[in-house]
Amino acid sequence: MLALLFCFSCENESVEQYVATPSPLQIPKLFADNIIPPIIPIDNPQTQEGITLGKKLFFDPILSGNNTQACADCHAPENAFSDSAKFSEGINGNLGSRNSMPLFNLAWNYDEKFFWDGNTFSLEHQAFVPVSDPNEMNSNWKDVQLKLQQDSEYPNLFKNAFGTSNIDSTLVAKAIAQFERTLISANSKFDQYLLGETELTSNELNGFNVFMDETKGDCFHCHGSDKNPLWTDNSFHNNGLDNTFTDLGLGAVTGDPADNGKFKSPSLRNLAFTAPYMHDGRFATLEEVINHYSEGLKTSATIDPLMKKINQGGVNLSDSDKADLKAFLLSLSDYDFIIH
Amino acid sequence: MKRISLPLLFLLMLSSACSNNDKVDLTHVTFNFNHNWDGTAVTNTDFNAIKFTNAYGNQLSIERLRYLISKITFHKSDGKIIVLEGYNLVDVTNNENLSFMPSTFVTTGEYSNISFTFGFNNEDNMNNYTDLNTASWIVPDMLGGGYHYMQFDGKFLNDANKEQGFNYHAIRAVDNPGENPSFPQDTFIVVNLGPTTITSNATFNIEMNIAEWFKTPNTWNLNELNQALMPNSAAQIMMNENGQNVFSLESVNQ
Repeated sequence: MLALLFCFSCENESVEQYVATPSPLQIPKLFADNIIPPIIPIDNPQTQEGITLGKKLFFDPILSGNNTQACADCHAPENAFSDSAKFSEGINGNLGSRNSMPLFNLAWNYDEKFFWDGNTFSLEHQAFVPVSDPNEMNSNWKDVQLKLQQDSEYPNLFKNAFGTSNIDSTLVAKAIAQFERTLISANSKFDQYLLGETELTSNELNGFNVFMDETKGDCFHCHGSDKNPLWTDNSFHNNGLDNTFTDLGLGAVTGDPADNGKFKSPSLRNLAFTAPYMHDGRFATLEEVINHYSEGLKTSATIDPLMKKINQGGVNLSDSDKADLKAFLLSLSDYDFIIH
Repeated sequence: MKRISLPLLFLLMLSSACSNNDKVDLTHVTFNFNHNWDGTAVTNTDFNAIKFTNAYGNQLSIERLRYLISKITFHKSDGKIIVLEGYNLVDVTNNENLSFMPSTFVTTGEYSNISFTFGFNNEDNMNNYTDLNTASWIVPDMLGGGYHYMQFDGKFLNDANKEQGFNYHAIRAVDNPGENPSFPQDTFIVVNLGPTTITSNATFNIEMNIAEWFKTPNTWNLNELNQALMPNSAAQIMMNENGQNVFSLESVNQ
């Protein structure tokens, strides 16, 4: 472990501040060329020791009430850190009410609103929430802190990461957030195509055109483009899933009826690994998703005006355009990401 | 021994230099962007409700309104110009960037005209802007690439008296979508605010009359032109024509 001690000396005081080994994010070229830099909190810089600790915590069931469930159980690497189940099961067998969100490129969520309804600000706060959620890990932070403090390894790991072996929930959340920021996905076939490293099939190319064509898919207004490699606007929209809402989404957070039925646009990266789809996991396949936008839109007071031809159910894509759109969408999946 | 930080030393030197020289007639300027519907103020608190009626008679709501301004230019009567650095994405929906202070200083004095560009001129439109890419502001390459000039989304009551979405998106008009798009005419708008004398930190209060987008010279019927307007070069040219009188200078405070 490399650790530096910086000494700040002023005329009348001397303060020692522990600094672990810096480990800045490796920004992919397409990100550096096309979008603004990621968000790294001043009070939680990326460090080797912090990331190592955060990774251990992420995969350790010690955070749950009965030591049976880790973050990774509902955010599995092979599913792009999502859950293949429609709703994740907590330690007591309770099911959540929304599909587990995949975890990648989180440092580029510029507004720092997390979860499907944006109810939590900052990645550190997001990492804090599931531990005490009764439908998830159903623990409490006092117990978690005690278990970690009594563990044979954690106190030393915290000391290496943060300069103190006194473990508290804030440091746990900081470490997990540091690890989550390293989950960067930027090596899909389409990324390689943009970098000139591979060619797309004619179906994938036509699918991209369907995606970008305002008279066809018109997906780019909300889901990024070749110039926005996040493949999401990280904003909230009502995409016409329901006429009435059993889950108000953003509206329940803001209290504004104009936000009812709005949920975060998920990234379209890694769709090959993240089924089922939508906030409630209602669609098992990409075909169902595409059919929804093509023929299945349901109107409501808050449906986004960007949803086209609602009175016809949607944009009415041809079967070949649907197949090509699916082929393009799958080209955004990053197999390197789930392996490594 | 007392220590003086480098930044403080720099400030002291700068202060000293200023006090020893003649008055430096440089000032910052600020541009505030306000919005109205035929004289009635509009903010994002007025959004998401069918409460506006356009010249054709369509009743409509506003749900999203963002637009780009660039190339703020100060014109001297002798032909010299000062072009201020930067551009500004006004986001009325989220109440962001309604006030813009360019980093470039302006010399005080009389100007025969002050202007800005709604959108980007064709040269600027071809650059790569990471902040605008991040804001999902791009125009697909199949429509010539570049960036939106405006995204104005909402709903209107259609002929069947049902709410229907509209996307009044202004871009560079393209006549021939495809690999080599052609452009029938420029659709960015140079907005002239008229002569002004700048004496000190000036604040320009700009008004956008949103209703004008639907009014003159083209009375806009949303039943006919509502969505997929980006590839519609005729609609883009109509937007350009209607946009000529959308902006006005309400006042200059200094």
